[in-house]
Amino acid sequence: MTVMVDIRSVHKSFGPLEVLKGIDLAVRTGEVTVILGPSGSGKSTLLRTINHLEKVDRGRISVDGSLVGYRRSGDKLYELREREILRQRTRIGFVFQNFNLFPHLTVLDNIVEAPVSALKRPRKDAVEAARALLDRVGLADKADAYPKQLSGGQQQRVAIARALALEPKLLLFDEPTSALDPELVGEVLDVIKDLAHQGTTMIVVTHEIGFAREVADTVVFMDDGRIVEQGAPGDVLDRPRHERTRSFLSKVL
Amino acid sequence: MSSDTLAKTSAAPDIPEQADSLRIVPQRRLGQWTAAVAVLVLLGLAVTSVVRNKAFQWGVVGDYFTSDSVLRGLWLTLWLTAVVMVLGFALGTLLAAARLSANPVLRSVSWGYVWLFRSIPILVQLLLWFNIGALYPELLGVKTVNLFTPIAVAIIGLTLHEAAYAAEVVRGGILSVDRGQIEAAQALGLSRWRRWWRIVLPQAMRSIVPPAGNMLIGTLKGTSIISVIAVQDLLFSVQLVYHRTYQVIPLLMVATLWYTVVTSVLGLGQYYVEKHYARGSERTR
Ligand SMILES: Nc1ncnc2c1ncn2[C@@H]1O[C@H](COP(=O)(O)OP(=O)(O)O)[C@@H](O)[C@H]1O
Ligand SMILES: [Mg+2]
Repeated sequence: MTVMVDIRSVHKSFGPLEVLKGIDLAVRTGEVTVILGPSGSGKSTLLRTINHLEKVDRGRISVDGSLVGYRRSGDKLYELREREILRQRTRIGFVFQNFNLFPHLTVLDNIVEAPVSALKRPRKDAVEAARALLDRVGLADKADAYPKQLSGGQQQRVAIARALALEPKLLLFDEPTSALDPELVGEVLDVIKDLAHQGTTMIVVTHEIGFAREVADTVVFMDDGRIVEQGAPGDVLDRPRHERTRSFLSKVL
Repeated sequence: MSSDTLAKTSAAPDIPEQADSLRIVPQRRLGQWTAAVAVLVLLGLAVTSVVRNKAFQWGVVGDYFTSDSVLRGLWLTLWLTAVVMVLGFALGTLLAAARLSANPVLRSVSWGYVWLFRSIPILVQLLLWFNIGALYPELLGVKTVNLFTPIAVAIIGLTLHEAAYAAEVVRGGILSVDRGQIEAAQALGLSRWRRWWRIVLPQAMRSIVPPAGNMLIGTLKGTSIISVIAVQDLLFSVQLVYHRTYQVIPLLMVATLWYTVVTSVLGLGQYYVEKHYARGSERTR
């Protein structure tokens, strides 16, 4: 199997605070990686470096064979120009904890925006594709609604459809259900599970252990800017080797 | 409290069976009624005194209300307001962008501009521009007095003044947009330009429009200050007439009525603009 995401000794600091202290991680094409870890351990920051929303200080990340945010020449990495970075981002879908839908645009326009303006697709085709995506996430009748008129679960499903509209090779989810009322978590996880079963490569940061057990090919446990352990869900979740993993799991289970 | 009353209050209040058919009598608001009546009476007295006071010379007001010179003045006031608003907000938006940029030089220059032009009274600024020939008798080989005509001075002075305030209004609007919106747009690969025009600005407009509407009305009336440099706006036009005819009050009434009419129309326009930018917000659901 080929590697979709290759992260090598990534370091990142915010001022004096070192948030990522040397992360190595490989995600194979078609697989689901779930990242667990306590709040503040650097999970969001790691996810954001993968589409260059956050720049790394050291190390490198490649997605589908190309370096993210940089061009290599000899032993130097040159930061890419904005336009090239934007093009790379269109191949990576990102779903935020707070949905971040555009409140002044209808659901349909939220989804159509990027394909039309970033990928230069004809609007007609983009609209057709968007309707199919809405159907897929079970919201075919909400095309003309505004985001604020939807429940949290519906908004997050629209956000997933919006990310899918770019036909990304990789999907990143940053705690997609953490902002939802408990009874709405299931509908969003169902959509993500569906994508997993269809072979979408994704990295999901979540506290939903049941979801990790069911869907993940690999579970990664992070703490204090490092990967403490990783492996098959059966191993990491049921037979954790590290004390820190054990104490974290005992708190969330 | 005696044990007797205590027993009474703690017992279930005696609500009859048909509780849901009881009529609700709202509290009587006597004070409010008296205040309303008093205010209406005073208002009535004021209006009758204005209408019946011969000194207002409403006939003269009617004669001049649509006279050529007044309409010419009104027209100048209107287009000057429009030009100053457009140029002022264009410059103000640039200043706001500079203030929010990562470049420390741009940030300081923007800050300094706003500080300076909010500090100088507009009247002082107009007089300075009007007399700039004293500082620079010639600019680019042209006599400064020919370049800085009264109307040019009015446009320059009012625009520079307006821009300082517009910069703060626009900056406030941009800051009111959630940071996550920009990140989402970046993650979707939208270009800088597109993020600005399609995502940030329309959302910022919600907080920009109300103060901008205020500024527009303020500018409309504020342009009357240029009568000091003899630009023939609405106010100056009526002044020209009453200097000749001595009908001061009725001609000031002509100006007052026109300012009121235009302000009302603008207020109505603002209502619709606000409605437009409130699309998708919870409050209009
Ligand atoms: N933009 C930023 N500036 C400064 N500190 C930040 C920034 N983003 C995150 N941090 C800090 O980095 C640490 C890791 O944050 P984050 O990656 O969000 O953790 P997690 O997602 O695991 O909760 C936290 O201590 C957080 O306060
Ligand atoms: Mg996080």
